[in-house]
Amino acid sequence: MSEILLQIDGKEVKATAGMTLLEAARSAGISIPTLCHHEKLEPFGGCRLCIVEVEERGWTRLVVSCVYPVGKNLIIRTRSEKVDRIRKMIIELLMAHAPDAFELLDLAQEYGANRDRFEKEASFCIHCGLCVRYCAEVKKKNAVGFVDRGIRKEISFIPEIASKECNNCKECFQLCPTSYLQAAFVLTQSLAFP
Amino acid sequence: MDKNRIDQIIDKHHGEASSLIQVLLEIQSENNWLPKEALERVSKKIQVPLTRIQHIATFYKAFSLVPKGRHGIHICVGTACHVRGATRILDTVKEATGIKPGETDLDMKFSLETVNCLGCCALGPVMEVNGKVHGKMSPVKTAEVLKIYE
Repeated sequence: MSEILLQIDGKEVKATAGMTLLEAARSAGISIPTLCHHEKLEPFGGCRLCIVEVEERGWTRLVVSCVYPVGKNLIIRTRSEKVDRIRKMIIELLMAHAPDAFELLDLAQEYGANRDRFEKEASFCIHCGLCVRYCAEVKKKNAVGFVDRGIRKEISFIPEIASKECNNCKECFQLCPTSYLQAAFVLTQSLAFP
Repeated sequence: MDKNRIDQIIDKHHGEASSLIQVLLEIQSENNWLPKEALERVSKKIQVPLTRIQHIATFYKAFSLVPKGRHGIHICVGTACHVRGATRILDTVKEATGIKPGETDLDMKFSLETVNCLGCCALGPVMEVNGKVHGKMSPVKTAEVLKIYE
């Protein structure tokens, strides 16, 4: 295992090849906010909240730290003015969908995001994919998945699988940042297997 | 659609998970839509979870999860056709078939769909039935064309 040295927020951090920036930062005790990340799951890069500034050979660019691999001599800034502005915007956009989600409210306070900046379009799901990926990758049951695309994308349970598996699992319930998943499950349950 | 035919299509693609879309396309073109039983069969045979098949089948507009009629009508409502009177064509078809865009009539004869451009703006307003293009349509001509199809 080759060791890679990089600098995160002015701190020298040792990482091993194949790690992501997010993992390296967290191992050094530097926190980066995330919504779609989960240790047990493959990186997804869905919420874009973990965006950071990377400086390499004098060039600065913005990358999503949960899917970006560590590299030699990278200089990472996790809280620059630009990064904060983008995170604030992401939170404000997500809050148009889930205005009362606790995780979002906490983040909004930290980044000074205005909850009512965009017109509410409460779909409650922020498409983090945690439930879908947890069910597929960890539990291997595939009871819940995405359907449709773009603005109509939503999660959907397969009633036949859900009626067998979900009642004694429900491990995805606590993963959902907005509690929409629980609502979707109760709706499926009451329609398909009451 | 009968089970053996679905199995045949899957076998033709050697039951490989990577040919999922090809399998779905073939079922779609033979049956006009994808019934749930067919998707369950495909899911079991090629070992792809139903959630993923559902995701793909709802992602592409080529697939339909609701029954479709024997004849698919596509009416172009793109800019060029629109200014040449596509709305009047659409109204005529709606009246003749009794269905709105996205619907199928009770006899499963026609399915109506609007599209944004068929790529032959010079022929506008354009109507496409079962892949055959009918150009320079007028309400009268539209009614004539619809009579051809049984």
